[in-house]
Amino acid sequence: MSAPTQSEAEIESRLTAIGRVADGIRRFFDGDIWYSFKSSRIAVVAGIVTLVIFLAALFAPIVAPSNPYDLATLNLLDAFTAPAWIEGGSSAFLLGTDDQGRDMLSAIIFGTRVSLIVGFASIIFAMLLGITLGLISGYVGGITDAVIMRIADVQLSFPAILIALLVDGVVRGLLPPNRHADIAVWVLIFSIGISNWVQFARTVRGSCMVERNKEYVQAARIIGIHPILIMLRHVLPNVMGPVSVIATIGLAVAVLTEATLSFLGVGMPPTQPSLGTLVNTGQNFLASGEWWIAVFPGFMLATLVLAVNLLGDWLRDALNPKLR
Amino acid sequence: MAAMAAFILRRVFQAIIVMLVVSALAFVMFKFVGDPIAQMVGQDTSLQDRAALRERLGLNDPIIFQYLRYLGDVIQGDFGISFRTARRVDVLLVERLPATLELALVAAVFALAAGVPMGVYTGLYPDRWLSRVFQAVSLAGISLPTFFIGILLILFFGVVLGWLPTFGRGETVRIGWWSTGLLTLSGLKSVIMPAFTLGMFQLTLIMRLVRSEMLEVLRTDYIKFARARGLSNFAVHFGHALKNTLVPVITITGLQLGSLIAFAIITETVFQWPGMGLLFLQAIQFADIPVMSTYLILVAAFFVVINLVVDLLYYVVDPRLRLDRSLAT
Amino acid sequence: MAAPQPLLQVDNLRIEFPTRRGTLLAVDDISFHIDPGEVLGVVGESGAGKSLTGAAIIGLLDPPGRIAGGQIRLDGRRIDNLPYEQMRRIRGKEIGAIFQDPLTSLNPLYKISRQLVETIRTHAEMSPSQARARALELLDAVGIPAASDRLDAYPHEFSGGMRQRVVIALALAANPRLIIADEPTTALDVSIQAQIIALLKQLCRDHGTAVMLVTHDMGVIAETADRVAVMYAGRIAEIGPVAAVIKQARHPYTHGLMGSIPAIGHPVEQLTQIDGAMPRLTEIPKGCAFNPRCPEVFDKCLSHRPDLRPAGGSDVSCWLF
Repeated sequence: MSAPTQSEAEIESRLTAIGRVADGIRRFFDGDIWYSFKSSRIAVVAGIVTLVIFLAALFAPIVAPSNPYDLATLNLLDAFTAPAWIEGGSSAFLLGTDDQGRDMLSAIIFGTRVSLIVGFASIIFAMLLGITLGLISGYVGGITDAVIMRIADVQLSFPAILIALLVDGVVRGLLPPNRHADIAVWVLIFSIGISNWVQFARTVRGSCMVERNKEYVQAARIIGIHPILIMLRHVLPNVMGPVSVIATIGLAVAVLTEATLSFLGVGMPPTQPSLGTLVNTGQNFLASGEWWIAVFPGFMLATLVLAVNLLGDWLRDALNPKLR
Repeated sequence: MAAMAAFILRRVFQAIIVMLVVSALAFVMFKFVGDPIAQMVGQDTSLQDRAALRERLGLNDPIIFQYLRYLGDVIQGDFGISFRTARRVDVLLVERLPATLELALVAAVFALAAGVPMGVYTGLYPDRWLSRVFQAVSLAGISLPTFFIGILLILFFGVVLGWLPTFGRGETVRIGWWSTGLLTLSGLKSVIMPAFTLGMFQLTLIMRLVRSEMLEVLRTDYIKFARARGLSNFAVHFGHALKNTLVPVITITGLQLGSLIAFAIITETVFQWPGMGLLFLQAIQFADIPVMSTYLILVAAFFVVINLVVDLLYYVVDPRLRLDRSLAT
Repeated sequence: MAAPQPLLQVDNLRIEFPTRRGTLLAVDDISFHIDPGEVLGVVGESGAGKSLTGAAIIGLLDPPGRIAGGQIRLDGRRIDNLPYEQMRRIRGKEIGAIFQDPLTSLNPLYKISRQLVETIRTHAEMSPSQARARALELLDAVGIPAASDRLDAYPHEFSGGMRQRVVIALALAANPRLIIADEPTTALDVSIQAQIIALLKQLCRDHGTAVMLVTHDMGVIAETADRVAVMYAGRIAEIGPVAAVIKQARHPYTHGLMGSIPAIGHPVEQLTQIDGAMPRLTEIPKGCAFNPRCPEVFDKCLSHRPDLRPAGGSDVSCWLF
């Protein structure tokens, strides 16, 4: 076995991998999935809503009427302005203002941005962690597998929100209180990610166990390529479907979890509010009649989660019609 | 009965293992998060005094001894002193326990009482308009964040209509150490919105589960054979089909009871419900480790007990699991 | 002498399945009758439409399958278009059914006593204790040993053969005059099959119950049936008294079926087999459905569909006759 052969094989494998992705993209637009998307009215509406929200969040500084965190632009005299269409509303603030005189629409757009950043980051973290552990579990087997899967079982029997809360609490305990606000984002991403890896791991492990005993894996071993590399190339395409479904629904769950933690006051601080933080702030003004401060961010959150959930449901049905 | 005894013994053994793992986790939290000495002494205590205290508390012993001592304390109900309130953790939790359990119970009853019939209906008549309404409600139940449901309820029934109290438990009555809000009018009015908020998500889950199980069971041979025997629709749907959907429904509902207690954290925060969840949340905000670890142990114990009960219920519902009888014949 | 009115009369029955790629005709214009007390065997490969015909008769076609044409009459009364509730009263009481798999035909969560009692009481005014006594009689009649001890057992406590006996007891619970037995022995051990068939035959003879015995086992037919209908691709290829069809099969397909059964005591050099496979419902050829596989195919078979016409002792749909 000479080194050049190995690297040639590696290059070739990378080329085929690239080809595979290109193929995949081409197939996606010619194929059943795109067709099924176009023919499902719910999926199209959910897709458009999701896209609009994503774009608004991405271009928040351009889209939003004002920067809600630029203290210079805030005027306390504007505080508690009602939405524009209500008595006492002002056309300058479509959805009204909060207790600081901040434009709610802008706050919501920026809050969505924060929610989505945390949601995406934590689900990517969960996915990487889950896929890695799943591959290890499925490939190595034996005690390693048993330990990882027992942890997964135990974790799965507790609600993700509880695990995220515990992790969050422990990390807070480990860090000096004055640093909490600065690192809140990372704590959130870590605690939400760690509470959602299990399903990724289970799916990948299942596929891995199927592939492990196939002949090409043995063959790869004989020609000196590490079987885990080979399996990665064969396992990943197999699990792309289920993983993308889990990731889509996981994104909805992650956004919800983030919002819940922030609402509970252990997530994003008021200086960098997410949608959940905004609802939390607004909750204090419900009784005094300034309902819009809590309700609009809440509706935004519900719309986002519903749209992503619907997309996830559709994707699951499209990829596997037999699944309920 | 031997098989059943063995089955139960095995389950109890597994439950003990889980509890040992969880208590180890709690101990690790206890041990490594935050410095108990720093929590107990003032700023001006000398290093020597601190070291002496450390020695006296056994914090220098091998870790396994410390764990065993912790375990011994836990078994005797000694969970330590809350950092935040400087009161015994077990006393704190026992005070809060009835509020959370009552809330979870009412929510579970609501979720079952509404979720099962809705699921049966949508399973039997998937194309009727009412089924579509139920399906839409279930989608909302999954997508609306719990706290937002609570806030909308507070806004409409509390603030706008003024029908229901927006926070607290109302008047409570003490029965021994237990305080109940279910015996007073204000207590009952207070529990409606929190229970609805807490039960909504479970209702959705139960409805979807019953529906899909129902659809599945209605396709089985024994349902077809029951129809071929001329049994009435009522007997086929409720006598034969529904009972066969019960096993998964019991599992999920049982497990959901556990998560109700966990999700109560959110509901209790929204409605300022004086339960364990609110206590736990305050503990997290203040990194009050003794309360956190005790809550963890308590919730784990709930889950374990519920799992055991669920397993036993299987036995009652599904005769195929009572293998000892078939061995006897 | 005028023939007595048949118990069951099926005329020009068509069963179709709407699918995304158009409507499939699974049963295409078949007619037959069953006389009181008679055993009609229905044979054919899987997918020939035998089971669907049985399901249509008891009104339990699984959606989206539906009766697209023709009539089914019981004692001269149309039953194919009855409202659900009226048809339900006929099921079990007039027409019983036995399905293929005894392991899945019984509700696993209920004692067989309960399943028997509820069936009996659905169709007859009886007190629970009377119904229980009747249940015991039925279990005895189907040959369950120590029936009184087994009455309160659960289905999983019985073997496959015993379970099929329970299923037969359930099908006979209200003394129906016709039993649709859909492959009643396929899922059982070979050694048990003969016992179950013998039991079914004896019980039906004792009670004067007619049987539509759906099977793909020619041996069972030869032993049990009075008449036999051979189905192919949703149509009846040949129908007639069992002796005529078996001994002097006319239709080339029946001929092929008979050739594929080894006869005991007759050393056969070679079992014949029919080349090819039954066409899928989407690809049934024009003319005679059997024409691609028929050894004696000629021009007319490719263009015109043969109807059933008398030939020898039976009716055959083949242009050779």
